[in-house]
Parts: sequence; structure tokens; C-alpha cells
Amino acid sequence: MSAEYFHPDHEGEVPDARGYFGAFGGTFVPEALRAAMDEVADAYEKARNDPAFVAELDDLMVNYAGRPSPLTEVPRFAEHAGGARVFLKREDLNHTGSHKINNVLGQALLTRRMGKTRVIAETGAGQHGVATATACALFGLKCTIYMGEIDTERQALNVARMRMLGAEVIAVSSGSRTLKDAINEAFREWVATVDETHYLFGTAAGPHPFPALVRDFHRVIGVEARRQIQERVGRLPDAVVACVGGGSNAIGLFHPFVADADVRLVGCEAAGHGVESGEHAATLTAGEPGILHGSRSFVLQDDEGQITEPYSISAGLDYPGIGPEHAHLKASGRGEYRPVTDARAMEALRLLSRTEGIIPAIESAHALAGALELGRELGEDAVLVVNLSGRGDKDMDTAARYFGLYDGEENDR
Amino acid sequence: MSEQQTAGGRLDLLSATLADTAAAGRAALVGYYPAGFPTVDGAVRAATAMVEGGCDIVEIGLPHSDPVLDGPVIQTADDIALRGGVRIADVLRTVREVHAATGVPVLVMTYWNPVDRYGPERFAAELAEAGGAGCILPDLPVEESDAWRKAAEQHSLATVFVVAPSSRDERLATITAAGSGFVYAASLMGVTGGRAAVSAQAATLVERTRATTELPVCVGLGVSNEAQAAQVAGFADGVIVGSAFVKVVLEHEGDEPGALARLRSLAGELARGVRSGR
Repeated sequence: MSAEYFHPDHEGEVPDARGYFGAFGGTFVPEALRAAMDEVADAYEKARNDPAFVAELDDLMVNYAGRPSPLTEVPRFAEHAGGARVFLKREDLNHTGSHKINNVLGQALLTRRMGKTRVIAETGAGQHGVATATACALFGLKCTIYMGEIDTERQALNVARMRMLGAEVIAVSSGSRTLKDAINEAFREWVATVDETHYLFGTAAGPHPFPALVRDFHRVIGVEARRQIQERVGRLPDAVVACVGGGSNAIGLFHPFVADADVRLVGCEAAGHGVESGEHAATLTAGEPGILHGSRSFVLQDDEGQITEPYSISAGLDYPGIGPEHAHLKASGRGEYRPVTDARAMEALRLLSRTEGIIPAIESAHALAGALELGRELGEDAVLVVNLSGRGDKDMDTAARYFGLYDGEENDR
Repeated sequence: MSEQQTAGGRLDLLSATLADTAAAGRAALVGYYPAGFPTVDGAVRAATAMVEGGCDIVEIGLPHSDPVLDGPVIQTADDIALRGGVRIADVLRTVREVHAATGVPVLVMTYWNPVDRYGPERFAAELAEAGGAGCILPDLPVEESDAWRKAAEQHSLATVFVVAPSSRDERLATITAAGSGFVYAASLMGVTGGRAAVSAQAATLVERTRATTELPVCVGLGVSNEAQAAQVAGFADGVIVGSAFVKVVLEHEGDEPGALARLRSLAGELARGVRSGR
């Protein structure tokens, strides 16, 4: 089953040998980490060509993570999408409740192959942290998760889950106290402990080989979706839609469709209070090329290269960078990226909950809002596949406050 | 040195200084201090005091929002400097004024994104014009450094690369062949900040680095006192100290005369250290 995930099936494979997707990517790491990056790249190259590795990952994907995930048509939701047919790729139904488990299981196996005994990771919404803590419990690895202090508060449920799974969670109080700073702190820790520690990077960004490696472990999303949608409607979709923070769920869905020129690849960025407000995380809409966390991509920055603080109601999208392959897809025109505000995402979250009985993560709700807009543009008979990258349990406190759902509060904002 | 080189940046002065300290049979003392901390003028006075106390070479930090190679002390100083609104023009003024006041070689140490964004050629030209001697860019790997090195060479600026205990021998050779001025050997695997003891990895790394280059090899990370400076001076051409100086100023908040006095005395202690190592 999964051999196909690791071998991009189209011409002009990226990245190149230096880790570049067009003008974006590379390996901008301190010299102390160079040997570790080479080690990860070597281990991955060997693993993906090793049938035993592929078979073991396959077994975990099916019998532990619960793959393949279903493709669910949502007609009552789609009534609000201009007559388009909308299908959700149900990554929320994976074990641990999001797409993150795909990458984590792959990298946990790699960690073991490299002979390392400890894993560190960053997390924003906590989904990657929970998935990492889960895999570490499964494989008997020590686990430390770095999480911005603001995020430990707004995603407290996931902090408890990580600790229940045996992970140490470190609240990061530097900088903007969100995902960017959690990554900074994880890199600092990695430099000091690289001999025994693997940095289980959680998104398709960072230095080479992480963007390609994380993408490949998530390609299963798009490979399954492509097959499932053809079985259901007899053709490819008009567009595939996903939210983008660092961009892992989106690149996993998009990548198997890149060669299908008629399928639009639509990424939905967090526009927070609106791009014009300055309080947003819409990196591809409002950022410019720069280097953050080890690769050249689009970055939210000022005129002198200082990274600016992003904002989103969604902890998982609250990031001033973006994976380099998305920057390349945007620059080449193959991908399109749209800003979605907090308000539109929250409206979509409530709409899906009430029309289909599915509560999405706030991150995924950005993709749902983008799909509503795109459906209205495309009109009747359009077919959209939307990545429902995670479930919304973790966001109930945020949503309850937003909509006034707690007793004694004004109801139904 | 050609006329064109001496008219530009001061790589010549950096090399001459390191040759002089070597001829004197001692290691050079290299002091790091971030521009704009706690103010632009305050940083000029602080770095000047460090030279008055005994630093032979100064590195001026260009603060960055995401200093992933720095420990808590320099992170805090960078935060304060950036919140105070420090700009690249202020950093260049700091270089100019410290060099003018002291006559010692002054390098800039920063992360690649600010230089990339400013424009490598523009940054090199302005740094040279300010009297700077070179630049240390620890997150810019050799493989990505062509644009910077071309600009640095044109403006007679040193490109100081960092090597680490994890660098393999063949990589050390590649890195040192591309660098100029000196080689920055990271004494340990970790971020900036004082440590209780000098890592045993440092001497081995210096030896392995020397096997690849004639450039002086200066050791940084984790050195904070006279005894450690003396120990490192026993095997390196230079001893780099940063966080210990920054910490002095953090601990003397609101007491600039006290801070400057302690910066001078700390530099004096470290200067004794680099003279007693051999």
C-alpha cells in the first residue's frame, strides 16, 4: 500500500539535491546541526527505499492510526457553497485526532533506525505534540514538547493529553510565546543534545530534508483522496482545499494532485482580524522572501528582516513562516493561497457542526470557509475535496467563549 | 595590502591584530556586545569600556527577533534592544563609534535574514564604510554564502565561519578554505551562555581545525571568567566572551557607571587570563 507514498509520481521532482523547491528551501542551520541534518537525510533516503521500513509503517498506518481515513460528502454544509459538491478528507478520524500522526509515526520509526532514544518537538495547537507523545509512548522513547505559553493556555486540553502520555511539556515564554518561539527553543535544545535526540519536526517547513520528508509522510492523504474521489464521482475534483500554517496537511493533500493541471490547489491562510489590520498569519498573502527556521521561504517580517509577530485565533496556524514547497507552488502559479479571517473560520466551524454533526478544529475550519467561498465562485456541479485536518475537541473552550456557549453567558453570538 | 583594500573594510587590521597577539605569545581577547542594549549610546560606551579593560577585538551584535543560537542572556539583551527600536543604521553607527574610540578591529555578528533582507552588497559596503573589519553569520552555511563572500571580499571584510565539534574533517576543510580573518570554533554543542567548565571538545576541535588552515582559530561559547580564558588561551589563538559581558549590564540595570566599571574589570581579568595560558 504505502510504497507509493514515498515516491513522487510526477516529473521534475523537487526538492533538488540542495533542498530547494525552485528558489525556496535550503539548509540554513548552524554548523553544529549540519551533521544531524545530513544524518536525518541519509536515514530517510535509506528508509524510504527499504521494504521493511515501508511495511512496518504501513502496518502502523492501518492497524494503529486507522487509515485509510474516509472521504465524507457533506451535502447539508454544501448548500451554503453555491451548489458545489463538497467532500471532506477525514483526517480528524485518525488516531489522536488529526493528520499529524502520519508524519509522527514515520519519524518515530526513523528515530529508532538512527539509534536515538529521545525525541523533542514543537507544537502550536498541540496536535503535533499529542501525536509525538503518542508515538513516543508506543516506541518507548523519551519525549519533550516545546509549546508557546499562550498556546499552553488556549490548548490546555492537549497539554494534559501530552502529560498523560508521559511527555514533558515545556511552556516557552520568549518572543511572541507561540509556535515560532517553541521552534526556536526546540532548535536550541537540539543543538545541545543532538547525539541522543531527534527533533521530530512537525510541519513541512524547516531545513532540508524536513520539508520533503514531512510531505512524503503526509502524501498518504492526497493519494487516498485522489483514489476515493474518483471512485465516488468518477473524476478528479475541481479543487483540493486545505488550511496552511506551516503547511503539512496541505502539502500532503496537494502533492499527489500537482501533476493534475486541472485540479486547483487552494491553501487557506489565517487572516486573523484581517490582512489589512496587521493582525494575521497570512504569510503567502502578506509576507516576503526571507529565512526563518532553517529555510528560505515567505516570511512575515519588517523592512530589516526582523520577524513580526503573527496572530490567529487558531494556534496551529499562528506562524509567521510557511513551508518552502508552498512558496514554490505560489511563485510558479500552480498553487493559490487565500486569506481567511477568524470570523469566517469560526462561522464555518459552527456551520459544519450544525449541518453535518462534525466539529472541526479551528485550523481546519479555515479550509472549510475557503471551500464555501470557492464553491460559490465555481457554481453548480463543482467538486471540492477539503482536508478536515483535525477534530475540534481541543478548541471547545475557545469556541465556547467565542460563541458564548457557557452557562450564564449570552448564548449564540 | 592593496590601496583598494585599506580604503575599505578593516580585514587588514583584524589580521594584524591577531598576528600581533600571536607574536606576543598570547591569545587575543575577543569581546561580544549587542548594539542597542540597553540603548544605542549605552552599547557604544559598554563596548568601549570592554576595550579599555583589555579586549583586543570587538564583535557588535546586530539583534535579531529569533536568535536561535543564543541562550537566555543574549536573548534578553536582543529583546530589550529591539523593543528600544534599534535599526541597522544604529548598529553601523555603533561599529563606527567603537572603532573610532578604540582603534581596535570591530566585527558584526548576526543572523543571516537581516543581512539578506538589507542586501549583502549594501550591508558590506556600509559596514566597510563604518570601519568594520568583518562579519560572523552563524546560520549562513558555506554552501549558501556566495553572495555574502563576494560582497565581503570586494569591501575587504572578513567572513568568519563557525565550526563545531560535530563538524567532520572534510567539512572543516571546506569551511576554513572559504573563510577569512579567523575561524570561530564553538567550544561545545549548545547555545551562547556561560558554563561551569570549558568543554573538553574545544581543544580537539582547535587541533582538527588547525590541520586545515593557517587562519587563527578563536574559541567561543561558554567562557566567562579568567581561569576559563587562561585554559582556552592554552590551545587557541583567541578567546571569545559574550554573555558574561552582557550579564554584567543586565545585573547593573539603572547603574551605568557601575556597569562600565565592572565591564572594564571583567575585561581586565579575562585579559590576564589570555596572557597566562601559555
